Amino acid sequence: MNIIDRRLNPQGKSLANRQRFLRRAKEQVVKAVRDASGKRGIQDIENGEKVTIAAGGVREPSFHRASQGGVRDYVVPGNKEYVEGDTIQRPDGGGGGRGSEGSADGEGEDEFRFVLSRDEFLDIFLEDLELPDLVKQKVKQSESHTLTRAGYSVSGSPANLNLVRTMRNSLSRRIALKRPKRDEIREMEELLREAEEAGEDAEQIQALREQLERIVLRSRRIPFIDPIDVRYNRFETVPKPIAQAVMFCLMDVSGSMTEHMKDLAKRFFMLLYLFLKRRYRSVDIVFIRHTHEAKEVDEETFFYSTETGGTVVSTALEEMRKVVEERYPHNEWNIYAAQASDGDNMSSDNAKSATLLRDVILPMCQYFAYIEVAAEHNMGLSALGRETELWRTYKQVQSPERPLAMRRVRSRREIFPVFRELFAREKAGA
Amino acid sequence: MTAVITRPEALLYDGVEWDYDKIKRVYDAVEHIALKEMGLDVYPNQIEVITAEQMLDAYSSIGMPLMYKHWSFGKHFARDEMMYRKGYRGLAYEIVINSSPCISYIMEENTMTMQTLVIAHAAFGHNHFFKNNQLFQQWTDAEGILDYLEFAKTYITHCEERYGHAAVERVLDAAHALMSQGVHKYPKKRSDLRTEQRRERERQEYQDQTFNDLWRTVPKTAAGPRPAKSVSERKKLLGLPEENILYFLEKKAPRLEHWQREILRIVRHISQYFYPQKQTKVMNEGCATYVHYQIMSRLHETGQISEGAFLEFLHSHTSVVFQPEFDDKRFSGINPYALGFAMMQDIARIAETPTDEDRQWFPDLAGRGDGMAAVREAWANFRDESFVLQYLSPQLMRKLKLFSVRDDAEDPYLLVDHIHNERGYRDIRKKLARQYDLGHLEPDIQIVDVDLAGDRKLILQHRVTNGVLLDEGDAKAVLRHIANLWGYEVQLIEVSAISEAILKEHAVTAPSGIGVV
Repeated sequence: MNIIDRRLNPQGKSLANRQRFLRRAKEQVVKAVRDASGKRGIQDIENGEKVTIAAGGVREPSFHRASQGGVRDYVVPGNKEYVEGDTIQRPDGGGGGRGSEGSADGEGEDEFRFVLSRDEFLDIFLEDLELPDLVKQKVKQSESHTLTRAGYSVSGSPANLNLVRTMRNSLSRRIALKRPKRDEIREMEELLREAEEAGEDAEQIQALREQLERIVLRSRRIPFIDPIDVRYNRFETVPKPIAQAVMFCLMDVSGSMTEHMKDLAKRFFMLLYLFLKRRYRSVDIVFIRHTHEAKEVDEETFFYSTETGGTVVSTALEEMRKVVEERYPHNEWNIYAAQASDGDNMSSDNAKSATLLRDVILPMCQYFAYIEVAAEHNMGLSALGRETELWRTYKQVQSPERPLAMRRVRSRREIFPVFRELFAREKAGA
Repeated sequence: MTAVITRPEALLYDGVEWDYDKIKRVYDAVEHIALKEMGLDVYPNQIEVITAEQMLDAYSSIGMPLMYKHWSFGKHFARDEMMYRKGYRGLAYEIVINSSPCISYIMEENTMTMQTLVIAHAAFGHNHFFKNNQLFQQWTDAEGILDYLEFAKTYITHCEERYGHAAVERVLDAAHALMSQGVHKYPKKRSDLRTEQRRERERQEYQDQTFNDLWRTVPKTAAGPRPAKSVSERKKLLGLPEENILYFLEKKAPRLEHWQREILRIVRHISQYFYPQKQTKVMNEGCATYVHYQIMSRLHETGQISEGAFLEFLHSHTSVVFQPEFDDKRFSGINPYALGFAMMQDIARIAETPTDEDRQWFPDLAGRGDGMAAVREAWANFRDESFVLQYLSPQLMRKLKLFSVRDDAEDPYLLVDHIHNERGYRDIRKKLARQYDLGHLEPDIQIVDVDLAGDRKLILQHRVTNGVLLDEGDAKAVLRHIANLWGYEVQLIEVSAISEAILKEHAVTAPSGIGVV
């Protein structure tokens, strides 16, 4: 008997099969990922996800009999009261009390769930999204420096000596200048000694001796390592951009915002978060919701609490300014904001909002996206004709040099395209 | 087995932790019982310790340690993993491979008692069955299989590099769909996988050596209409009818390339290798379960394992041989472990302590004494269908309370047509045996005709028994796969086996493009 420990064998042999499977089930997985992303919080969108996909697209067909029709016999265990000739009510779904015979695959496998790794999930989630090249103005204000390798130099501190490079130079120099090898010298010495012992004639010994001297001299003249061989690793200090960003989620939660609208907003915020997360080392999120007054809250409250009241948009902007001043000095942080609203605002507040946005918020923001969410079936007024109060107000502020983008979103389907459009536009304009 | 209790020996192990020393000791003790007392005959054993994840890996690729890559294995992995993580299903404690040496996997998570059980079950039970059952002897090549799989894996990887993933996947998908139609059911000659591998290499070399690009430029003769051969002549030339669809396509499909044929051949060989396993589920599991039960009991009897260990064993043993009744929520058909184990015990009982009824039913077997020998004989010579037909006793039918139900789609009710009584025994036994007859379980589909000089339409026939037609959606999908390989139109006709009347026709048009596209 042999006993072999295979535990150290490479794990995950099935990885290649898994990739083939994902490629195969792409369409369903993409759909499942999009669906799944709606159900989770913004910050944990980054973890892997269990997705449920229909087995339909990854069915493995085979010839097998239909589950209905014809005459079938089954032998089953556990008879309690039946006698020959009894009749039994056909159980629901037909097929009788039969077991798992028939197809090995197919029936009964309508769908199944499996876990995508974080990367697989994100890849699919962001797949058709061209991550735009966002404005980098503030990133340039670097605060710290870092050392990076930058080739070799002929001078430096001994600690930075690059031995490999130095030896390589030395070797090529020795080859090029034909420095005699140690073996050659030894061989020559041997020859000379043999000649001397054998008592060859003096002339020949002399010739050998001179030859040896020449070689030795040559090897002295061409050193093993010459200062010109020496190389040091060179480092350069490069400015390191500040890699932190904060994202403000502003949302109107007055009574007119339905769950559907909040869902749209959430998905938009989610995309924005993912996008920032991939670009920056750390991303903070600040949730601010407002009715006639604004408050910073946690994610749960932001999306799911029910509160109602009047609508005063400027309070949210005011709150955002306050938070920025307190915690996110805008020369150190990249500030992004997305505002979702159904567009209602108290008319008396419009002017104030516009001023605040133009003079305070936009100058400190990298990007400010205004998403106007509408009810799915509301194809009418706000979509086609009448612009909302807030839309009109913001439109006045909008200008090519201000990082403000505005879009309307009505259904989940539109979130992705709108997001892409928003960021792609900026790229085109830059 | 003789019930002489030898002097209690020291415990082989204590506690749940396992280590190599203990396993070695246990193996030796188990081997002694298996070979000396039970008279088993096994291939050399190789026991490999793996992790749970590796176990999942292994059984998502149909239990083989090395396998070519295909998405369906990924799918099964995803499903198994999900079931496992959710606790719907435990992992198999072991996987055993019909090869020589016989490889048994044990999981590192198992307790020492489980390892002992697995060694008894897999390394001796299954191993003995693989080596001695005539189906396995006839159909499988235990020495060659691992090398062949290695070859298959490399070959398919090579094809992927050369022709692209998608092209290879299309062939494999089609071949997998036809896997059950890819076996020779009657032995022609023993397939020797090593020869198979060598022949493929030779074919390849020959092609490489004789390749001459000039042939491409030779103008094709305008083939005039050749005299139409008679139908019977044509069928004879093609070897029709042919039930091994994969074989037919591999040999005769006009548009396949060499490597595509080779992939079909690989899948066909693997399918053939598993064919005996499909026919002997009850016997194979019954054999292994019977063997582990005997061995564990014996270890306990002789004081080599502790009471606690024996209880732990009994706990997993009983859950393995548990048979829910038909009206139980957990019922999902007859558990091959339960039926197999019960039948093995029954055979030994009939041989050793028969009742009058047994004498009447099994005149040759009843009272002949050596139960172990009788069981070994059964293991060697039968497959599930014939085994049930031969050995299912009235007593066992009563114990399991078997009854048969007729489900006629025409009737609003199911009919209980036989129960476990004097009049029903033979019928129930016959019906249960049929339930294990692959020839009956799998639809009878054959290639019946093709006109190579004409439109090259491939015609398949399904002989319908009891009026049960094929599942239409799946049939269509498989036909599409066949059409992809064949390159031309494919038609499937379902005819009644009795009246020859045509019940249904399915047709799939020729794929566009050439060959498998």
